[in-house]
Amino acid sequence: MKIHEYQAKKILSQYGVQIPRGEVAETPAKVREIAEKIGGRVVLKAQIHAGGRGKGGGIKLAANPDEAERLSRQMIGMTLVTHQTGPEGKKVKTLLVEEALDIAKELYIGIVIDRANESPVVMASTEGGVEIEKVAAEHPDLIFKEWVNPSAGFQGFQARKLAFKLGLSGETHKQAIKFISSLYKAFQASDASLAEINPLLVTKQGNVLALDAKMNFDDNAVPRHPDIQAMRDLDEEEPLEVEASKYNLNYIKLDGNVGCMVNGAGLAMATMDIIKYSGGMPANFLDVGGGVTEEAVTNAFKILVADKNVEAALVNIFGGIVRCDMIASGIVKAAREIGTKIPIVVRLEGTNVDLGKKILEESGLAFTSAQTMKEAAEKVVALVKG
Amino acid sequence: MSILIDKKTRVVVQGITGGEGTFHTQRMQEYGTKVVAGMTPGRGGTTHLGVPIFNTVAEAVEKAGANAAAIFVPPFFAADAIMEAADAGVNVIVCITEGIPTFDMIRVKAYLKDKPVSLIGPNTPGIISPGKCKIGIMPGHIHTPGTIGIISRSGTLTYEAVQQVSKVGFGQSTALGIGGDPIVGLKYIDLLKLFKKDKGTEAVILIGEIGGTAEEEAAEYIKKEFPKPVVSFIAGQTAPPGRRMGHAGAIISGGKGTAKEKMEALEAAGVFVAKSPAEMGLKVKEALAKA
Repeated sequence: MKIHEYQAKKILSQYGVQIPRGEVAETPAKVREIAEKIGGRVVLKAQIHAGGRGKGGGIKLAANPDEAERLSRQMIGMTLVTHQTGPEGKKVKTLLVEEALDIAKELYIGIVIDRANESPVVMASTEGGVEIEKVAAEHPDLIFKEWVNPSAGFQGFQARKLAFKLGLSGETHKQAIKFISSLYKAFQASDASLAEINPLLVTKQGNVLALDAKMNFDDNAVPRHPDIQAMRDLDEEEPLEVEASKYNLNYIKLDGNVGCMVNGAGLAMATMDIIKYSGGMPANFLDVGGGVTEEAVTNAFKILVADKNVEAALVNIFGGIVRCDMIASGIVKAAREIGTKIPIVVRLEGTNVDLGKKILEESGLAFTSAQTMKEAAEKVVALVKG
Repeated sequence: MSILIDKKTRVVVQGITGGEGTFHTQRMQEYGTKVVAGMTPGRGGTTHLGVPIFNTVAEAVEKAGANAAAIFVPPFFAADAIMEAADAGVNVIVCITEGIPTFDMIRVKAYLKDKPVSLIGPNTPGIISPGKCKIGIMPGHIHTPGTIGIISRSGTLTYEAVQQVSKVGFGQSTALGIGGDPIVGLKYIDLLKLFKKDKGTEAVILIGEIGGTAEEEAAEYIKKEFPKPVVSFIAGQTAPPGRRMGHAGAIISGGKGTAKEKMEALEAAGVFVAKSPAEMGLKVKEALAKA
């Protein structure tokens, strides 16, 4: 799960991570009020989940409260397009108004789970303010890593090492140690999958602060953190995906025109792949899951065809514990309810397959049936192209 | 022949009295798996599905001779269940549970480090040695005894592979899912080592997917040390970056973990890589003809 910058900063500050003074606003009047409270120059930052906000005009510096209010009128309600939002962009609802600081250095600190080492890894780099993937590709020697021992936890010496590698000394070094240790505490305590401070700011006065902050969370752990769960912003998510999540369906919208509905995540990915392999483009990922019910199939089907780009659909079910006859009934019910006109290719295999096929045939609806994945994919692609 | 489980395997089911536990224990019993005990704290001394229930896994091991554990408990309790089974001294733990937090699994893996136990999963359909033993939720009837080993990160895609293998005239020695989570117990290499030693396995299908670098690590091992033919398919060739594709572990992050990288690494290791998921069976035939 993703959250906004201001939410990440709120969580981090609870664990002792230093952040700039600031507050969020949804109206120009509130922006002015905050700017007056802070005094002097302020930075206005559009709160959307995507990165690359600065280049898209989503981060602006204001010299005084008047300018802050004026700029915020342009920013609140604007559609912000960045390299991560896609061409349709994201509507800006909220601004974070923060004190503007004198920048001496921009550094990088990030924490992720290293799957190969089965432990968290804390990364630091002197190359802050740019994409870390770019640094990793061009200057891997400038990224310093400390792996966390799962039994002992993150140690003081590891924070000291990283702070020295960043070239810091004196009071700034001390602040950086506390910063890194606090960041790790927040990462672990909140079951994060990513905590990234880019840039980590060293001010001209030698203070260390999080200029930006990004946190993602382990979806499996979010239910045990109700405070974090409450930070989910449904406006940042694709509406059809939000709808699917209500029924515990795994749905991800893509750009193609061949819709698909599959049981099992691996088979669902493989079905997308075989659609592409056969010359088509998948419109979505949709896994109805292992313990699927007739009702879930009906809902899944409705979501699938609600995507306006979908011109034909492929249903690929390998019945194991799930019975093909139950899936077939769900599809027939959904197709009748929606009265969909798009062609549907159905491939059923496994438990009660013959019964499932019979239900489809006797429904009187125009399903195209297929024996294998290959046949199904070729048929659905031909239907789209024809 | 087979790996990890066979006719001598004696299973304790943790969470046997729950809905999932009950349903799948019945299916395992029908398949012929020796379910010798169930474990539900506070229900010790009773029986369920004709199986004695114990309060702890340790008792199930001591009194019923269990040497393997199947776990069907809710996600927030699963880490504890795995560690209890490991502490009780079973040889194999199969954790079916999906949705265990990553940090819990990090602790579990640290706990298991020096223990002589094999963990399969979590978030796995389980493991089956056809005709001998099934611990998991896969449909037993689609499997046939044979000589092909199957290792996968998925469920239904594994069934697809099983069926394709049967269609081209082979059966399975052992088929298992290592789990769809970012941190799992046994990994590809651990299993390849077992299949290497298993005289009943002639070839292996390795079904991978996007996310992490487990397939690349397996490719390195295959190149250096694995003498039997390997066929592979990687799911998620069309998956967008940064999105979790159903499985917690199936995500391309920071540009890493793409299907392309994995397929290239496997091809460079001499693996027969199927570009289409419909070609897994045919590739097995091709690989064995060339071997």
